[in-house]
Amino acid sequence: MRHQEKTSSKHNFEECMKCTVCTVYCPVLQVNPRYPGPKQAGPDGERLRLKDPYFFHYALKYCMNCKRCEVACPSGVDVAELIQSARIKYDRSAPKLRDRILASTDLMGTLARPLAPVVNGVTSLGLTRSVLDATLQVDHRRVFPKYSGRSFECWLKRRAKEQAMYLEQVAYFHGCYVNYNYPQLGKDLVKVMNALGVGVQLLDGEKCCGIAMITNGMSARAKKNAERNLAALRKAGADKGMKVLTTSSSCTMTLRNEYPNLLGVDNADVRDAIQMATRFVFERLEAGATLRFKPNYHKKVAYHVPCHMERLGWGVFSERLLRMIPGVEFTLLDSACCGIAGTYGFKKENYEASQAIGAPLFEQIRAVDPEVVACDCETCKWQIEMSTGYSVQNPISILADAIL
Amino acid sequence: MRFDTVIIGGGLAGLVAGISLQQAGRSSAIVSTGQNALHFFSGCFESMQEAPERLTALFAGAGIHVHYNPGVRLTPLGTFREATLSLEDISLFPEAKFADKALIACVPGYLDYFSAFLAEGLEKQGIQCRLCSLDLPEELQDGSVERRSVQLARLVDRDWKKIVQQIRLLIKDEDAVILPQLCGLQDASVPEHLRQEIPARVVFAGTMPPSIPGIRTQRLLKRRYEVLGGTYLSGDEALDAQVEGNKVLSIRTHNLDNHALEASHFILASGGFFSKGLRSNPFRVWEPVFGVDVDFDEDRNAWYNEEFAGDQPYMQYGVKTDAALHPLVDGTPRENLYAIGSVLGGTRPELGSGAGLAIRSAFLAVDEILESL
Repeated sequence: MRHQEKTSSKHNFEECMKCTVCTVYCPVLQVNPRYPGPKQAGPDGERLRLKDPYFFHYALKYCMNCKRCEVACPSGVDVAELIQSARIKYDRSAPKLRDRILASTDLMGTLARPLAPVVNGVTSLGLTRSVLDATLQVDHRRVFPKYSGRSFECWLKRRAKEQAMYLEQVAYFHGCYVNYNYPQLGKDLVKVMNALGVGVQLLDGEKCCGIAMITNGMSARAKKNAERNLAALRKAGADKGMKVLTTSSSCTMTLRNEYPNLLGVDNADVRDAIQMATRFVFERLEAGATLRFKPNYHKKVAYHVPCHMERLGWGVFSERLLRMIPGVEFTLLDSACCGIAGTYGFKKENYEASQAIGAPLFEQIRAVDPEVVACDCETCKWQIEMSTGYSVQNPISILADAIL
Repeated sequence: MRFDTVIIGGGLAGLVAGISLQQAGRSSAIVSTGQNALHFFSGCFESMQEAPERLTALFAGAGIHVHYNPGVRLTPLGTFREATLSLEDISLFPEAKFADKALIACVPGYLDYFSAFLAEGLEKQGIQCRLCSLDLPEELQDGSVERRSVQLARLVDRDWKKIVQQIRLLIKDEDAVILPQLCGLQDASVPEHLRQEIPARVVFAGTMPPSIPGIRTQRLLKRRYEVLGGTYLSGDEALDAQVEGNKVLSIRTHNLDNHALEASHFILASGGFFSKGLRSNPFRVWEPVFGVDVDFDEDRNAWYNEEFAGDQPYMQYGVKTDAALHPLVDGTPRENLYAIGSVLGGTRPELGSGAGLAIRSAFLAVDEILESL
């Protein structure tokens, strides 16, 4: 056929037919009238920027990269990618010190870990928070994540032999959060995988996935991390044929989608091997594997699908996995953004918007009044715990708690 | 993953079918490629003249109130159209002259609402009109800020009392007030509050999309479907189907890649050209998921009418089915597949019958499925 079957414009931007549906679902537009909205910032603005980069507007920084516009678009336009790639391409302003610090989750974790009790104590002080607010514009109302004294990598390395005994092996991309802040989630994954007869290995030289660097104007560093991660993933996935499991929806989306689409790093050979652990476990159970559940277990769980999980389209695996646990009383929360969007909500200028965006979700959680909120994203966890007081756990941790 | 029924398309047809099946105790999943025609919904279910009870009950379960009042409704362009059944915020009148004098309120800088057309249309019916301007909320006074229906509706829902105050000051001897349909997005009770507090008959005139009552309807129907245990896969795209004989076994989707969705029944509710339920190139029109027969003219020149506003034949193109809505493949019906809504051939959703068609065909397919068990 001689004509063009499919448009080949980058991020599908030629497909936009100006229906404005994306503007309905943009959480930022609902609370911040300064933001031009996904349609203007994305495909409309792109048309102008292609003529002259002069038309790049600083207000694009208000985009949280939640991807709700992409999920809503009936025409398949990758609206958020258009906005983020415009920021990468045209924004020449150097990232602020604060943004560099917030985006360097790897480095901060490495520095904070040996002094964890001191760091945790200091960052929870009102005085520290006021100083951070005044000097760096990190909002003083924000509660900081705690650091763990021992890293997950260190914990799993000590068990490498024991894990290697399992016949089947998976690699685990744990991410900065599990490694520096909350190793328990990684331990829970190991418990679940071992119960399925699968051993867990570390990747050889995992780096931060880089999502926070991308949104904070540090895409060159993100690209370096992407290349190093892909080398590690190739070693595990392509060479050894292992699946690479994850427990963070944002890391997963970055590894699978943002690497090729925003950073221009080809991941085609390993992309399929990268999977959320909940999908892996669900598929195992569906195929007949069994887990031994605690008798008389009962838990009221409300599941929040993180924005990036919604974009991956894999919330259904976590949902069905949770529903499979005997004794779980399950509620699916309405699809809504919690407002944190990684480092976005930590910034002083975004704090109010961040809390306003999350308000309907917080209200619904209070109305449902669960024992625990389930969620596959660490930053949603911080936001929901800080804003509602309810405890938030990854579905893998809930599963680990429910099995013998 | 296995369900009793997998529905392709998460608009009005797909949601009505999904809710009905869940209510009948049948598990289902909806695969929805982006949002849908409900975002352009007038609020009226034309071509639903008879037996509206089933629809009314289903909607009431979702918290959506519908009223049956055969007569006419006001269109956004100031003309009148026959209507019988609509969402409660849409006024239905026994005749077009519903008032003697009307105050038409506009919002400065809001371009998706045509007050001058409205005035002209109402004057034709002998309704004397006066235009007035509402003050913008503070947040929107900066000229660079986008003023779309959704942005305005959020503020009206919050500050509806201020609208009432303003209208009370502006109104003289008018017995009707026309307001743009910019309320009730999050809080469905706001249109009713405005009606009660304004001392004249309040009529909401439709705006250009996105439609506020349509968005609310989408949200409430989706929530109802999920509360009933339905699985709604947002932003996913059905790619292709595995078929054995005349039966569809499973479909694959973009996000779930090799993880197939298996079911005993499948419903194709994927919409028309806009929703990509139908695809075309200069040589043919086709249905992309199941590749079922599509009714279209072989002669490309017969697809369209050069008269832009005239009848456009391509709008009627769509999937061929038997009387039980089974789509045909080379003339043979696929026995566990049903087509509903605007993907169907021979229909004219652009004439305003889209919502009625969606619901009636959804009910028919659901009845066929439940009877086949």
